[in-house]
Amino acid sequence: MTKETDTNTAIAEAVDDGDSVYLGGFTHLIPFASGHEMIRQGYEDLHLIRATPDLVLDQMIAAGCASAVTFSWAGNPGVGSLRAFRRAVEDGVPNEIDIDEYSHFGLVSRLFAGARDMPFVPVRTFLGSSLPEHNERIRTVANPYEPDDEVAVVPPLRPDVAIVRAQRASPEGDAHLWGITGDVVDAAFAAETVVLSVEEVVDTETLRSDPNRTEIPGTIVDYVVEEPYGSHPSYTQGYYGRDNEAYIDWNDVSETHESTLEWLSEWVHGVDNRREYVEKLGVDRLLDLEPTRDYAEPIDVGRYA
Amino acid sequence: MSDLYYTDTELMITRAALELGNDDTVLVGVGVPNLACNLAKQTHAPDLEMVYESGTVDSDPDALPLSIGDPVLATGARSIVTMYDGFGRYLQAGRIDVGFLGGAQIDRWGNINSTVIGDYDDPKVRLPGSGGACEIASNARRTLIIAPHQRRRFPEEVDFVTSPGYVGGRKGRDERGLRGGPEAVITDMAVMKFDDAGEMYVETIHPGVTREAVQEATGWDLAFADDVTETPTPEADEIRLIREELDPDGIYTGGDE
Repeated sequence: MTKETDTNTAIAEAVDDGDSVYLGGFTHLIPFASGHEMIRQGYEDLHLIRATPDLVLDQMIAAGCASAVTFSWAGNPGVGSLRAFRRAVEDGVPNEIDIDEYSHFGLVSRLFAGARDMPFVPVRTFLGSSLPEHNERIRTVANPYEPDDEVAVVPPLRPDVAIVRAQRASPEGDAHLWGITGDVVDAAFAAETVVLSVEEVVDTETLRSDPNRTEIPGTIVDYVVEEPYGSHPSYTQGYYGRDNEAYIDWNDVSETHESTLEWLSEWVHGVDNRREYVEKLGVDRLLDLEPTRDYAEPIDVGRYA
Repeated sequence: MSDLYYTDTELMITRAALELGNDDTVLVGVGVPNLACNLAKQTHAPDLEMVYESGTVDSDPDALPLSIGDPVLATGARSIVTMYDGFGRYLQAGRIDVGFLGGAQIDRWGNINSTVIGDYDDPKVRLPGSGGACEIASNARRTLIIAPHQRRRFPEEVDFVTSPGYVGGRKGRDERGLRGGPEAVITDMAVMKFDDAGEMYVETIHPGVTREAVQEATGWDLAFADDVTETPTPEADEIRLIREELDPDGIYTGGDE
């Protein structure tokens, strides 16, 4: 049964200290509002998982929420390093974190297997690389059909919780998403508990008018939350653009652990929720991120009665 | 005023663009690869298909993307697929002709490290890691490596193989079932190719750069072709396209390292 609620309640009920938590979204649809809420609620010892940790995990790591991180590319996209991630891995600041590392294809293949309850999944990657030497979950098996061939395999990933974003959902948690869908859908199907955060909750008829676009069914969603601008400074296709300035600025903001904590104190602890964060961002900033309207041509689903 | 009307970065962009054909499907990265692909598309390869790791197929961006997942890559694309399908149906299935790779360390076999400097468990510098690089290196029909030419970047041995090149030579690559392999390494000093054994050699040297300087910036006894020539320089209209249309704010081409 899907519960429609606010971010604060959804996070408090869905996530426990020590959980493995997958935050979905490849560059697009990153659940920043939920990440900030986890920081505010003071979570510890989380095993955080994202293909690209991005700024949201950098912030959560600096805040001391994480004891382990599973990932495949830990950089600031288009800018450079994730400095808080590096401080944790290189210097144990603010605490040591265990890392569990894959390539993108390796990690999304783990989700693919987790979403479909497969025992493992073969991938044409990792052979000849050093990654398997440092991650015992990446293994090789003989191809049962061509026994001379060695095949790399990865096991299913079943996070305790997945937090995913979409453009819109019905109150039942059926979600429409478009643009770069990345790892979002398999993350939702792979997890035990799913928190779905959307730009808009709309009526059921809107969702049912275009079933092909309903990639996440409400039957797998535990909490649905309407959180406008919940992905800033990443973006939501058709709603607002990526705030590239924020990504560039993060490089300076996160230069030291102290400067990172100052930012968290102002932008995360200094506000009660995403609405206050958005108010603090200001109208000008949001207007600059607004795209020009560009609607897809409608399709005729047909009615057959 | 010298007659040197282009920067090192601009030369790397124009030289990389020459590697791209009109029928190619290319997996694009941001920065120099993105500019090289867009330059090729606006000059000799108008039908070049650009695919991004984020799953956008045949993107036609209205503005320069900062990241490989920017919304400009989605709007107007031919198709958008999940990461699993992009890496699976397109890359793993052999539908990507060219992949671009960079890295902190590159060895003579074209093995690339973008994971860690020093020991993996006690790193001196923790780098971002593979992302899609390992599977690009394993499945693209050919890969192009772009990097500044510095001795620390071209060591005898890489600290970690993130992306396999000719591991154990061309034969070792075949034995592992890896498709393709490194085609060229384009630096700010030279262009290198790979011989029949899979070892890197210098094919052309950029104008104003000496053979000794190239060797000095490389951590092993570098092989040179018998007939090393000069790298072709950018055309004036290519420079105009880069400066006026592709990177008007000079985000990637604004300064030389």
